[in-house]
Amino acid sequence: MKEVMKNERKRTFLLITIPILALFICFNTIPLIRGVIYSFTNFKGFGKYNWVGFQNYIDLFSDARVGKSYWFTFKLAIVSTVVTNVLSLILALGLNSKIKAKSFFRGAYFLPNILGALVVGYIFNYFFTYILPAVAQMMGIGALSSSILSNPSAAWIGIMVVCAWQAIAMNTIIYISGLQTVPEDVYEAGGLDGATGWKQFRYLTFPLIIPFFSINMVLCVKNFLMVFDQIMALTKGGPAQSTESISYLIYNNGMSGGQFGFQSANAVVFFIVIVIVSVAQMKFSSSKEEQL
Amino acid sequence: MTKKNADTHTNKVAMVLLILGLSTIIFPLYLTIVIAFKQPSEMTNSISGILSLPKSWSLSNFKEAMEVTDFWRSLKNSLLITLVAVGLSIIIHSLMGYALGRNKAKSKFYSFVYLFIVSGMFVPFAILMMPLAKQTAEMGLANWVGVILLYVVFYMPMNVLLYSGYLVNIPMALEEAAKVDGASTWRTYWKIIFPIMRPMHATVAVLTALSVWNDVMTPLVIMAGSGQNTLPLAQLNFQSQFGTNYNLAFASYLLALIPILIFYIICQKQILNGVVNGAVK
Repeated sequence: MKEVMKNERKRTFLLITIPILALFICFNTIPLIRGVIYSFTNFKGFGKYNWVGFQNYIDLFSDARVGKSYWFTFKLAIVSTVVTNVLSLILALGLNSKIKAKSFFRGAYFLPNILGALVVGYIFNYFFTYILPAVAQMMGIGALSSSILSNPSAAWIGIMVVCAWQAIAMNTIIYISGLQTVPEDVYEAGGLDGATGWKQFRYLTFPLIIPFFSINMVLCVKNFLMVFDQIMALTKGGPAQSTESISYLIYNNGMSGGQFGFQSANAVVFFIVIVIVSVAQMKFSSSKEEQL
Repeated sequence: MTKKNADTHTNKVAMVLLILGLSTIIFPLYLTIVIAFKQPSEMTNSISGILSLPKSWSLSNFKEAMEVTDFWRSLKNSLLITLVAVGLSIIIHSLMGYALGRNKAKSKFYSFVYLFIVSGMFVPFAILMMPLAKQTAEMGLANWVGVILLYVVFYMPMNVLLYSGYLVNIPMALEEAAKVDGASTWRTYWKIIFPIMRPMHATVAVLTALSVWNDVMTPLVIMAGSGQNTLPLAQLNFQSQFGTNYNLAFASYLLALIPILIFYIICQKQILNGVVNGAVK
């Protein structure tokens, strides 16, 4: 009797797992493998194609446009991550202090996160194109009197601002839940030893919320490296291809630019980069947590 | 910033800074609302012309924007895709989380499947998009059905991780008690385990719904040829038709934002909890 029930349990688990695993393989693993296969061909997206071996990968490393997109994407990801985390930490400390209407403030500051990045991008596009230059002219700031989105060396800052505007909402909420795990008496004990203000934050608060800091770093870097919607809404990769993120380049040239094979190779490299960055971050943050 | 926690008074400095900071959230929304209600003739080149309140709160821009972007059909598609994707995610991912969570400790096969699926988190959409565009077209899935299936697959790694993590807290004794009564594993799951996982269902629903609702890339790549739009996709596809009529464009943006704003106002607490749970676990 017991044996029968055990078998029944085993069978049920298999009947659940196999079809769902098959679905996953069909729409994740197989396209992944096909992507790798395409990366060794000169496929244009239609018609016949030939094997070209590692030629796409060799070309990739000498392609100025690809190099530029990696430089732009990493610059954006790193600066946005720093800006987002500094501002969200400050905001979280403020929202966690003794204030009135706490839940209203928390709700309001979280709002940007739920809005679609594309529409937010369009709204900021207008802001950068018309409002900001007009304000700058009124105040006599020459550097900002024309749209930063049409300036090849400054357009990335506009994208960074929009990315950070939305990401801060998310990171702040995570920092707040971190700050709430810090017990009151830690501050009281620290206060006796003279730890207040910056010292209190640096030596008491921050070490205790490091796990939340790690979560935010991983979330930020991964999301910013895959940036797409904001580019679509703000610059479409311009001006002078100065804001082409890796995802945007793969989409643009791979889907409609006749570079299906070549951009597949780009995507494979991008995939490897994402894995390396994520694993490195997790290794780093787990070693940090162990020290404490 | 960190005022001594000993004093029980309101932190006035923080209050003032928070109120000032709120302008960075309110200003873009204010901008959207006033421009959406204005007529092009009210948009003089000066800042005050753009930022002043509209002369009349006429809904004509919205009416026109609805026609231009086929608003109701896009809204219907977005709602359909989001609701079905969330429903399927809860059913499929919780089942998978259960099967893997209960077996991965003692079975090599299940622990391998678990790692295999969870590591899908590292696969960027960029590498899947070109092969998937081909594959869905070959399978006749280059439409909203295909998009839903893809969402169920894309959010599986995260959701399975969440569900199987939550399952650790549910004692086996509960299932064994049901077993003594002769209930099958399948029945036990739906009668006992599935209802207990309700807090996790809420988290998964919030996370999946927000991501699906705002996603542009998947419908852009998969549904491009189907003549159907989701709300964000409609904004992208009709952008050129707005031309320089920013009032019409902003009316359309506002229309696209309203459903999620309403949802947020109603379920703010659940959304905040869901997002935090999803990230921290």
